[in-house]
Amino acid sequence: MATDALRIDTLEAYYGDSHVLHGVSFALRAGEVLALLGRNGAGKTTCISSIMGLLPPRSGGIALFGKAIAGLPPEAISHAGVGLVPQGRRVFPSLSVLENLTVARQRAATTDRPWTLERIFELFPPMSARRSQLAGTLSGGEQQMLAIGRALMGNPRVLLLDEPSEGLAPLIVAEVGRTIARLKAEGQSIILVEQNSQLAFSLADHVVILNTGRVTFDGRVSEVVGNEALIAQNLGVIGTHHAA
Amino acid sequence: MQFWIIQTLNSLAFGGLLFLLASGFSLIFGLMRLANLAHGAFFMLGAYLGAAAIRSIPGLDLWSAALLAGFSVAAAGGLLERLVLRRLGSNPLGQVLVTLGISFIIADACLMLWGGDPIPMPAPDYLRRPILFAGIAFPAYRFAVVACAIVAALGLYLLLERTRIGAMIRAGVDDMDMARAIGIPVSKLFTAVFCLGAGIAGAGGVLGGPILSAYPGLDADMLPLALIVVILGGVGSLLGAFVGSFIIGFIYTFGTALLPDLAYVILFLPMIVVIAFRPQGLFGRLRA
Repeated sequence: MATDALRIDTLEAYYGDSHVLHGVSFALRAGEVLALLGRNGAGKTTCISSIMGLLPPRSGGIALFGKAIAGLPPEAISHAGVGLVPQGRRVFPSLSVLENLTVARQRAATTDRPWTLERIFELFPPMSARRSQLAGTLSGGEQQMLAIGRALMGNPRVLLLDEPSEGLAPLIVAEVGRTIARLKAEGQSIILVEQNSQLAFSLADHVVILNTGRVTFDGRVSEVVGNEALIAQNLGVIGTHHAA
Repeated sequence: MQFWIIQTLNSLAFGGLLFLLASGFSLIFGLMRLANLAHGAFFMLGAYLGAAAIRSIPGLDLWSAALLAGFSVAAAGGLLERLVLRRLGSNPLGQVLVTLGISFIIADACLMLWGGDPIPMPAPDYLRRPILFAGIAFPAYRFAVVACAIVAALGLYLLLERTRIGAMIRAGVDDMDMARAIGIPVSKLFTAVFCLGAGIAGAGGVLGGPILSAYPGLDADMLPLALIVVILGGVGSLLGAFVGSFIIGFIYTFGTALLPDLAYVILFLPMIVVIAFRPQGLFGRLRA
């Protein structure tokens, strides 16, 4: 069996006294998209924060291509090859678009085709014209593109996308979807947290569903799509009525 | 006429010294949310180290002494930040008490080492003679101090606004967790900023030597002025520290010369006005 890109093993995480993740385990295979789904408060973002090191897990293991990263500080986890596109985008508002990208630049350790400013601007052509604009003055969709570009500048081996479609107009959501599909086609391993399960199902190879901090489903996307009972029980009705 | 010109020049030179002190204080407070009340003591420690270096190393000029003292105070500041202040986290009361305590320790150590008499520092020979222009004598060293402040301001501006390191520091200020998550070593950068601010204050103490000399109480005389500058100009704003320093330089110099009994009233009045009508300072940004 090939080494998993990211393996989470019986992760326990707390916010203060509140026990948020209960023995969460799953694995992302290299080159695949894993959709991490669940209702609000199910623990998806906590899971992402734990992987990134922003909320160090109380116990449990996290391995990036076999290398243990649980408990390392966020900058070390970033250097090891985890890229984050956080919920709410969190671009640096007082930095220009160009600065947002250059501060995130890291040497590519593992790829022969590293991300460069030119490649980011080719991926998001509108960014190029706005390179000296302050990021805080961009529209929501532009900030999302910038947040993705910023994560890519670190040449991550695993990319964490936390609700990239949140609060965006349908046209922009479609563009975000096309971007993720293109990254996947280039072999990028991705964990995608989404409320928009239609978007998630269209991109994912593998699906993990969290419910109140526990994994309630772990399987291939084909096992989920069409399983109305599973979807209704774990995700409510979100997304099921938007079938294209 | 001579009075007004000399006082104006004194104001400019004192403003320049205030900038060397307040810029570091403002950067550290703006970037790290750390009110470093030991900053006045860094200025005084620099002055004493410079004076001691000039006395004990024959042929050492004032500029080299300022560099030497600047690097020494920067190193001391770095150790202090790493070993003590870092442990306080973001506890503002703890920061205020600990940095105030450290400033007392530095002040007492200076008193023990160098005694209670003021130690004068001579300006370099070639700057000691006044420049005669249109029949009026201008003290040359004052011009040199203003020039040093302008060079420091330009250097800090270029570092923060025009380099990748500067952008990384600003990213850390915008959103520290996010900056760390994209691999920026925020903690190391903040230590570097602390060293830089301490070092500029230390060098400023030496450059102020020929005007103020090194004496016990220099720290307590300078710290309130730095606080006023930063409140007036806006926390974390380099331009605010620059403009505020020269405003306070003028108010303080002319206030003590013309209305010595009211010098402190004249000094604090503009601060009260600013706090009442523009609490973020002249050039500060409101933070969420």
